[in-house]
Amino acid sequence: MMMKKLFLLTLVMLLPVFAQASAGPAIQLDSMQADATDKASLQRGMQTYVNYCLGCHTAKYQRYIRAAEDLDIPEDLMTEHLIFGDQKIGEQMTSAMDPKLAAKWFGATPPDLTNEVNLRGADWVYTYLRTFYVDESRPYGVNNVVYPAVGMPNVLAELQGVQSKTCGDVAIVDLHGAAVMDSQTGEPMTEQSCEIFSIAEGTGSMTPAEFDATIYDLTNFMSYMAKPYKSDSQRIGLWAVLFCIMMTILFYFLKKEYWRDVH
Amino acid sequence: MGVGNPNRAKAESGIVRWIDDRFPLTQMWQDHMSKYYASRTLNFWYVFGVLALLVLVNQILTGIWLTMSYEPSAEGAFASVEYIMRDVEMGWIIRYMHSSGASAFFIVVYLHMFRGLMYGSYQKPRELIWLFGMAIYLALMAEGFFGYLLPWGQMSYWGAQVILSLAGAIPVVGEDLVQWIRGDYLISGITLNRFFSLHVIALPMVIIGLVVLHILALHDVGSNNPDGIEIDQNKDENGVPVDGVAFWPYHVIKDLVAVGVFLTVFCLVIFFFPEGGGYFIEKPNYEPANSLKTPEHIAPVWYFTPYYSMLRAITFPLFGLDAKFLGVITMGGAIAILFVMPWLDRSPVKSMRYKGWMSRLWLGIFVVSFVILGYLGTLATTEGRTMVAQLCTALYFLYFILMPFYTRMEVTKPVPARVV
Repeated sequence: MMMKKLFLLTLVMLLPVFAQASAGPAIQLDSMQADATDKASLQRGMQTYVNYCLGCHTAKYQRYIRAAEDLDIPEDLMTEHLIFGDQKIGEQMTSAMDPKLAAKWFGATPPDLTNEVNLRGADWVYTYLRTFYVDESRPYGVNNVVYPAVGMPNVLAELQGVQSKTCGDVAIVDLHGAAVMDSQTGEPMTEQSCEIFSIAEGTGSMTPAEFDATIYDLTNFMSYMAKPYKSDSQRIGLWAVLFCIMMTILFYFLKKEYWRDVH
Repeated sequence: MGVGNPNRAKAESGIVRWIDDRFPLTQMWQDHMSKYYASRTLNFWYVFGVLALLVLVNQILTGIWLTMSYEPSAEGAFASVEYIMRDVEMGWIIRYMHSSGASAFFIVVYLHMFRGLMYGSYQKPRELIWLFGMAIYLALMAEGFFGYLLPWGQMSYWGAQVILSLAGAIPVVGEDLVQWIRGDYLISGITLNRFFSLHVIALPMVIIGLVVLHILALHDVGSNNPDGIEIDQNKDENGVPVDGVAFWPYHVIKDLVAVGVFLTVFCLVIFFFPEGGGYFIEKPNYEPANSLKTPEHIAPVWYFTPYYSMLRAITFPLFGLDAKFLGVITMGGAIAILFVMPWLDRSPVKSMRYKGWMSRLWLGIFVVSFVILGYLGTLATTEGRTMVAQLCTALYFLYFILMPFYTRMEVTKPVPARVV
């Protein structure tokens, strides 16, 4: 009894120490739920990847043919539309750009992105690709909310449009998203924010909703690329776990039978 | 007949008899299985030895298959792991079985050791079993450390860098020693190659040898039980312990239930949570090792974090020794003190069931301190956390240092003549 009380006492005393642990970096990431079964989304994501990313960012551990099989893309269509240059379908998704030149242009070789979602998480990628904003102090004229001082230009600006971040008054909302009213004046309450994003009219070919959907598909594809075995894993895993449970039940009754005469 | 040693158990006839005349097959089977008696009261806590053996087999088999596709070079290591994960048929299962198996190994070994502490399994006449076991634990830590470098990711590289640099804290010879271990001025392909050799050949051989010694010593003196009562004290007319049950088939089949439960959990991990929430495979390890780019936060794998916390808890120089070297001594001492456990416990009884409240309290404090140290070791330090780590380090050592006193002073309960 005394031991249990002391355990509890120690834990309670330590709570403030552990509470600090949960306070991470302040940037709020937008959440995205990858869906490996949505083949259409993965196909569109791959198309975006090869058109907008692969020029600089290799995906050198991913083979075209594996993607063709996993994403239900016919091999001839893959070869015709998604493989540029003289690459073969059995090869890995490498880039035509010379890494040494790239390092000279961007200050660092653009990283390989096969494992980007494993490294930073899908939410990070999804948020990162949507939060470039105009910042004339940067070499490419843009900065990023989740990756400050990023070395990469906003290659998706022609789709998204030119996004700027300004300060101003915004309405305060409660946890449910409803506006908070001032109890004396009855007016909606506002606060100063420097995280107001706006897109210059007519600069992008997509609406914000279309652009978000495109980035969702791209992130979904990158999630697939990070763990191409994930859907296999979930399929096989279910049977493996069921088998183990059945086996355990069998062993349990076998044990009961054998131990019947022991006492 | 008159062939071979007449003093040992032999089969009546047939092929087994032929072998028995030349090799102690039946005798060994009886000694270790069909006539090895362990208490019928062995509980849940007694399954972790068998599970550790199962995980060892898993590590060796998956390790053999991984070695078939792995390339131990600074240029090729990272890519070859990706090749295993993506291009080798079922390679991802084998790799996850191995990486999760490493963590599973430490989980079952920690629980196995806790069982030993709780029921006094290190006490006379089982001191050597405990010492062999501790040697296995030490070899296992080395095995885990060498293995963690092999994927050649950022955390592999920098984790190894941090741990190797500890040897550098040793006065006078430290820096030369580190360079000798690395084989280079920094961790390089040369280091990777020697770690690979140690990981796949040297340490597995040491571990298997020690496991054999551990089990031979155990089967010579017999298994302890939750009451800490020697079952050989009560034998029937055939010389069989009254409270004993043969290892085969009784304990084997009982252990199979535990194996089933373990495999269920293990499959859940490898198929659904193979990264163990970032504890089994740390996220920065998805980036290839880069000697020019230090990760923001370097944390060793979870099974080393209690000792890592102790290292970081020593923030002050003492007796003319600098803080880092004292930290290294503290870490080493924390492991070394476990070896002398059998001689620290002066209690007349083995099991926690009959020991007094002070033994129970201190065991509780020890476990809580160890867990807290482990948790803190995964986090970055703050002033508050360092103070907690210092407190827990002190409590960890006090458990051992005070043991000769509280185990002798406290009032123990009477031990029954037979297991209950």
